[in-house]
Amino acid sequence: MIWRLVKTETTLSLRDKVGPLWGVGLPLVLLVVLGNVPSLREPDPALGGLTLFDLYVPVLVLFNLAMLALVAVPTVLAGYRENGVLRRLRTTPIGPARVLAAQLVANLGIAVVATIVFLGTARLAFGVGLPQPGFLVAWILVAAAMLAIGLLITALAPGRPQATAIGTVLYFPLMFFAGLWVPISQMPPTLRDIAHVTPLGAGMQAFEAAYAGGFPAAQPLLVLTAYAVVCAAAAIRFFRWS
Amino acid sequence: MAVIEVRDLHKRYGDTVAVDDVSLTVEEGEIFGILGPNGAGKTTTVECIEGVRAADRGSISVLGLDPMRDRQELTRVLGAQLQEGQIPERLQVAEALELYSSFYPSPADWRSLMADLDLTSKARTRYGKLSGGQKQRLSIALALIGNPKVAILDELTTGLDPQARRDTWALIKRVRENGTTIVLVTHFMEEAERLCDRLALIDAGRVVTVDTPQGLIARVGGEKTSLEDAFIQLTRKGLS
Repeated sequence: MIWRLVKTETTLSLRDKVGPLWGVGLPLVLLVVLGNVPSLREPDPALGGLTLFDLYVPVLVLFNLAMLALVAVPTVLAGYRENGVLRRLRTTPIGPARVLAAQLVANLGIAVVATIVFLGTARLAFGVGLPQPGFLVAWILVAAAMLAIGLLITALAPGRPQATAIGTVLYFPLMFFAGLWVPISQMPPTLRDIAHVTPLGAGMQAFEAAYAGGFPAAQPLLVLTAYAVVCAAAAIRFFRWS
Repeated sequence: MAVIEVRDLHKRYGDTVAVDDVSLTVEEGEIFGILGPNGAGKTTTVECIEGVRAADRGSISVLGLDPMRDRQELTRVLGAQLQEGQIPERLQVAEALELYSSFYPSPADWRSLMADLDLTSKARTRYGKLSGGQKQRLSIALALIGNPKVAILDELTTGLDPQARRDTWALIKRVRENGTTIVLVTHFMEEAERLCDRLALIDAGRVVTVDTPQGLIARVGGEKTSLEDAFIQLTRKGLS
């Protein structure tokens, strides 16, 4: 029963253009383009022997998670609320909460596939080494934190257009602090400190550690856990079904 | 045996009293119509019965269940067609029917329901691309897909063309013959007269009267009285 819902929500997410195009296609194109810039592929002693391109791989993994969780999920769920989809489901044995869960699982599935494709492409086409297993722990925490933020956006937005707007507006500063435009290591100290307490900056910090060959430090993992717990609790507190 | 019992139902939204005092009883196997002018409180009443809205006062029992307290159990035996309440824009007709049938313990055959509502040619069409009448027919199918013991249909045939309306009436009669009790909210006198065994006339949040369609007409009297004449006289919403 729940798996049929997950299958349906996955089909619907794939038919929707936001997730596949902006969340998967765009970062994949960026990956290939950046991989062909020679200057990004020179090992830098300041980065512990990694290249800048090496660090763009996890940035694009964050790009994917942020786009799905901040834009795709709130847009779909706020739309379900606005159009009475959740209301209609209240009269069925399945109830609206499972549909919410199915939507989250569907997006998690898309994110898992995207991450594997990104890491695989970077490995096979550009020889970027795979991260240490600590990456997996960090990925799960980033996904949890971002989906919790996405649910909070859904809970607070009055309607579907507002949910999309809030998600999109949040997306840019959060991706800035992940180092999409300037790598965190090259930011001025103040910005770097701010980055480390943002969810994607903390995620990037943890990913970098996994790429450098170690296990992420406790601090970024705790920051991510805090976002996940606080935002999920607030989302549950403020959620409206209709 | 009474399938639905509503006693002293009261519901207000802010300063507006939507349902003032509604009591009614629906018997097993009947088609029970709820008739009344716009804003009379018909939809609020059925929404309270369906458990999608909490009443301020009064008691409701559907097959012995309390719609708020026993909602989970009620959803398995009650099929609802809501006035507002949709399915995702990009979901196709057949997908929606198959998905919804998976929600219920012993669902109806969704393919034959799709055929009954003349939607087979639209099986692969997305909900967002359907016409108003097609959406309406799909929502009727979804209300009946769980083989409910009670079906509550709000504005059953609004937006349907005459042929689709007659086909839907025939379908509702067949569903009733299979033992489903049906509650119908309607604006159409012809629908009420042809389909309903009994009618509750609701006006300004109160039940004006409950009777058979013929009984309502007889109350107003006169040889050429129609149900519509009776409706207007009994609800006194005319321009006079």
